[in-house]
Amino acid sequence: MSNLSLIVVLLVLLALGYQLGMARSRKVATVNADLRMHSRPHHYGMMVGLWAVLPAFFILLLWLWLSPAVINAMVLAQLPAEVASQSADQLRVVSQRISNLANNFGVVADAAQWELNAAEHLRQLKANSAIVLTALMAVIAAVGMLFSLLKITPRLKARHQVERVVKALLVLCSTVAILTTIGIVLSMVGETLKFFSYIPPTEFFFGTTWNPRFSTVGVGEQGNFGLVPLLSGTVLIAGIAMLVAIPLGLMVAIYLAEYAPLKLRNTAKPVIEVLAGIPTIVYGFFALVTVGPFLRDLGAAIGLDINATSALTAGVVMGIMIIPFISSLSDDIITQVPKSMRDGSLGLGATKSETILKVVLPAALPGIVGAVLLAASRAIGETMIVVLAAGNSPALTANPFEAVSTVTVTIVNQLTGDNDFSSPQSLVAFALGLTLFVITLLLNVMALVIVRKYREQYE
Amino acid sequence: MRSAGSRHVLPAQTDFNFNVTDKQMSNSAPVKISAKDVKVFYGDNQALHGISMDVYQNEVISFIGPSGCGKSTFLRCMNRMNDTIEHCRVTGSILLDGRDIHEPALDVVQLRAQVGMVFQKPNPFPKSIYENIAYGPKLHGLAERKADLDDIVESSLRRAGLWNEVKDRLDQPGTGLSGGQQQRLCIARSIAVSPEVILMDEPCSALDPIATSIIEELIDELKQNFTIVIVTHNMQQAARVSDRTAFFHLGNLIEIGNTNDLFTNPQQKRTEDYITGRYG
Repeated sequence: MSNLSLIVVLLVLLALGYQLGMARSRKVATVNADLRMHSRPHHYGMMVGLWAVLPAFFILLLWLWLSPAVINAMVLAQLPAEVASQSADQLRVVSQRISNLANNFGVVADAAQWELNAAEHLRQLKANSAIVLTALMAVIAAVGMLFSLLKITPRLKARHQVERVVKALLVLCSTVAILTTIGIVLSMVGETLKFFSYIPPTEFFFGTTWNPRFSTVGVGEQGNFGLVPLLSGTVLIAGIAMLVAIPLGLMVAIYLAEYAPLKLRNTAKPVIEVLAGIPTIVYGFFALVTVGPFLRDLGAAIGLDINATSALTAGVVMGIMIIPFISSLSDDIITQVPKSMRDGSLGLGATKSETILKVVLPAALPGIVGAVLLAASRAIGETMIVVLAAGNSPALTANPFEAVSTVTVTIVNQLTGDNDFSSPQSLVAFALGLTLFVITLLLNVMALVIVRKYREQYE
Repeated sequence: MRSAGSRHVLPAQTDFNFNVTDKQMSNSAPVKISAKDVKVFYGDNQALHGISMDVYQNEVISFIGPSGCGKSTFLRCMNRMNDTIEHCRVTGSILLDGRDIHEPALDVVQLRAQVGMVFQKPNPFPKSIYENIAYGPKLHGLAERKADLDDIVESSLRRAGLWNEVKDRLDQPGTGLSGGQQQRLCIARSIAVSPEVILMDEPCSALDPIATSIIEELIDELKQNFTIVIVTHNMQQAARVSDRTAFFHLGNLIEIGNTNDLFTNPQQKRTEDYITGRYG
């Protein structure tokens, strides 16, 4: 049977075992009317189902993991001596050809007789392997089900067994998330190290010129891979965004939390949060065709030379995008400040604005800082707005009216187009990504630490 | 209790209350706060059904009654803290030194500086002990120089009996004090703005017996300079600290009188039932 149908059969077995276990436990319960059953009927059902399915499933996984290597070794062992004595690399090519032949995929050039024989052998082995696996699983599932059915007695702690399996499942699921993160980081570290074998880290971290060229390995010059202009562009744009978002977001939060009538607050808050839900490419578009030209004309009117695509354009639009991050989180934090705090201040004859400025905001400050840091890490990692609106010019400048480029934009540029993936031109994207990841990770950790510290204050 | 025509139960009681207050008028101290027919509504829900009473200068008056009887609500009317609750409506008149506290010309901020409040749960600001006390005087511009402010802080803490315990750690956060110390800090904080009346809303309900007795002694001393209105669940406390006691039930003022009289010889059946522990 194919693997998919095996899994379907296992699911059917699970349901069957469940029903049988329930029925059996009820029967046992009526026979031993004087003894209380340890667990509920569905625990016994689940236990039987799991005993029927889990061992067989592990056999399946183990088989799928080990059998290809074993079969491959058996095929290679049958090869003619002069073929078998080749190097490991050549053997890999040989077994690939044989496997293609066995699957009727076709190969380059005519197949030799010994290859056809080996392919036939491989096909035979695979068929046998499937039959053996099916039989093995059937036996194990049957034994597991019968064994556990017979074990059902009032004393059997079925609930404990089931709960242990559920707990293992929960652990497994959380491990998947963590392992994925670790995997991503490790793969980035690997590629980054490869990049550093071409370009020394000092040149990458401290170089002030970004000009990677378009050459492949060993052809022409390597180009300059200085991180500084990209990082300065990132910081410049994120800084402008925060300058826009912090005052606006905070004032929105204060209004919503302290002044707005409940009805307005309940309507306005979700509407503001929509800002965070707009796709960033739409923001980028908006920045490019509306905000950029508007800022340029505005600059011209007051005698400033502003590029239509500039750090300012991208920063302003990005600031608008992250307003809800700051306003929503701060609003939550401000409303969490206990009413007794406000009453205490008002009871001393403080006005509402004095109370907000001198008691509520200081009490909420750590939480607000956390919100701002979260928004900042979002701003630093933002890509689409900057791709469209910042002008993509990796120059080292502090002038917000000029075009700049950022780390994220550069990653996009280096990974799109016709690049050799083992060239430093592409590998640099991983080094940039890792740098960005470390920066945002640090910001997030800082934000979490601050927010957590704040929470302890009132509990 | 049945009275002629059940619709008129409330006015009958109100009349009774007027009688009591009239009797008390013979008291020589001037009237500090005078409430007439105060009603409070939370949305459609009426919490107070027309309360009338006088509070005299430099007396300690305590409000007792079962939970939800409206004693805290009435207390909060006296410095208009109910303004901070949405959908809360207050009618009737409350005169402070003969002046209506609801009149448009009177600023609620000034009212609250005159009528301070101490809350059920100690609520020091998350600032230093010094800043907690200095907060009010700074707002009201009571101190011109740092030295004046230092004086206010010291004298307020002394009057609240906290000075010796905290004088070496004025820069430590007020939230780090014990519950009883925090509550005395809050009392010191309200003294610091030199109010005339101090409202206390169950100030000892979150404290242990020792901290409670310290605060009760403090109330006795503060009486020299302030008029004190205290809400309490603890009848022994009312008997110990107050000159007069008012008993509230279901949003009505049932009885008000000298503390001794009220506890030894209650005029109303409901008062007697409550103080003898038959309900509440």
